[in-house]
Amino acid sequence: MSHTDEVSRVAVTDAAAALLRTLYAANGPLMFHQSGGCCDGSSPMCYLAGEFRTGDADILLAALAVDGVPEPVTFWMSRAQFALWQHTHLTVDVVPGGAAASHWRRRRGCAS
Amino acid sequence: MAPALGRYFENPGPGHGQVFCEGPGAPPRTWNAPWTPRTPPPRRGRTSAAERAGVLNRIADRMEANLEALAVAESWENGKPVRETLAADIPLAIDHFRYFAGAIRAQEGSLAELDEDTVAYHFHEPLGVVAQIIPWNFPILMATWKLAPALAAGNAVVLKPAEQTPASIHYWMSLVADLLPPGVLNIVNGFGVEAGKPLASSPRVAKVAFTGETTTGRLIMQYASEHIRPVTLELGGKSPNIFFDDVSSARDDFLDKALEGFTMFALNQGEVCTCPSRALIQQGHYQEFLDAGVERTRRIVQGHPLDTDTMIGAQASNDQLEKILSYLDIGQQEGAKILIGGERAELPGELAGGYYVQPTVFEGNNAMRVFQEEIFGPVVSVAPFATYEDAIRIANDTLYGLGAGVWTRDATTAYRAGRAIQAGRVWTNCYHAYPAHAAFGGYKSSGIGRENHKMMLDHYQQTKNLLVSYSAKKLGFF
Repeated sequence: MSHTDEVSRVAVTDAAAALLRTLYAANGPLMFHQSGGCCDGSSPMCYLAGEFRTGDADILLAALAVDGVPEPVTFWMSRAQFALWQHTHLTVDVVPGGAAASHWRRRRGCAS
Repeated sequence: MAPALGRYFENPGPGHGQVFCEGPGAPPRTWNAPWTPRTPPPRRGRTSAAERAGVLNRIADRMEANLEALAVAESWENGKPVRETLAADIPLAIDHFRYFAGAIRAQEGSLAELDEDTVAYHFHEPLGVVAQIIPWNFPILMATWKLAPALAAGNAVVLKPAEQTPASIHYWMSLVADLLPPGVLNIVNGFGVEAGKPLASSPRVAKVAFTGETTTGRLIMQYASEHIRPVTLELGGKSPNIFFDDVSSARDDFLDKALEGFTMFALNQGEVCTCPSRALIQQGHYQEFLDAGVERTRRIVQGHPLDTDTMIGAQASNDQLEKILSYLDIGQQEGAKILIGGERAELPGELAGGYYVQPTVFEGNNAMRVFQEEIFGPVVSVAPFATYEDAIRIANDTLYGLGAGVWTRDATTAYRAGRAIQAGRVWTNCYHAYPAHAAFGGYKSSGIGRENHKMMLDHYQQTKNLLVSYSAKKLGFF
């Protein structure tokens, strides 16, 4: 597990920050793990902190500071996926949809 | 059954974007005691193979008698064209039940005569209660892929449909419930942490099968590891579809078929784990074949999912729509060129607000994100290649290995390419065929295990070995 050297690889929109505050108030500390593959893949999954066990195969891309959320929201990705995504900057946004915490959408992730 | 905490979630219809029903949320206590005390522990293993095959055949017959209603339910639920559900999804599901009805009748254990007085018997036994977590892209067919072998093998099942498509499986269940013994098939709705986690981490579940994305796949392995439970996973891919120069050496039926094979990226709105989302075209016929592929794409008819002329319907959810639109942005910002499509499709009248995307062809290179990440939409990314070696290198330059396509008139090239591509299924001069008697599953990050084919019974059976001595003589050690 290591933090990448880049200062800002992940940003959070105001709408996503608002939802993170709501989720934190209801559930406590949170984390993201960037998914890939089928169905809801290629979207970040939001979990209670520690629910998804990260390991040496993962990289900590960011510890997001969100106003009103006392503890940073960690954002993880597998190393193999990071090798393909490292030239990108991600923005976590939220769109109406399944209403699950895991249904958060990176909506305007773009090359930087 | 109403959810224990009384919470429901909305289920919008993809074709029009309006809520058409609500699905029950499944707080953990709803299902923490799903088969006790109300139902006794399942005893499916005691039924004979003939009885189980009979149940599967009767399910197939009931589905066949209600094919049109099931097809409409599936189309309404998912947004896919009813043309596909009538001709593919539901007929394939019916055949799948019949296939495993036949397979279980023909399955037998084995015995090996180790020496004159010693025999090793091998018996197939059911695992017990298995958990199956189903994706939203083919709600009934994907449930069937998991259910048919599990029930054939004598297991009881707790099945969780995707939260995006909670309804059509219940319609199916309403048609077949009277054919199944009580407690053998249990359906639980809800989101991952409410329904998926209690299932995958339950000590009473003997095996977990999941189709979905990689992070949840890993999470399910983590949960199942707590009780040392086996897991099979199908996690998608970024499937290459390779067109060698000789495809265009004649203007004939085969070329026409290959162009349809190119356009298969739009089948089911691209919401297929094996969507041929990377088209690799050899440089000798690159421009000519690509132009014809774009023209074929232009002729795709998009419209109301329930219109039998519609070739491509709506994406399954607003989440999915937004994700695809973001990739249309990402591709352009990375320098990929849009040859056709590239935007949300705004359809008029009652379809306004539906989740429609124009079939889109990108031209770029394999390092781009639109070549590496599964978009799960009607989007193909096209790149040229020079030699056979280039084609194989590009095809295998991905984290995944679920499906692939190879198109050539040369049988030797087809064979060598098919063996060299690291994917569980290589369609050769065809694409998107899903017969029950052909194994389907992934290499690399695309998953563990296979679906379809009688070998799938192994994923739902325990092996019991009786090692028997018929000799009265001691060994002589003690």
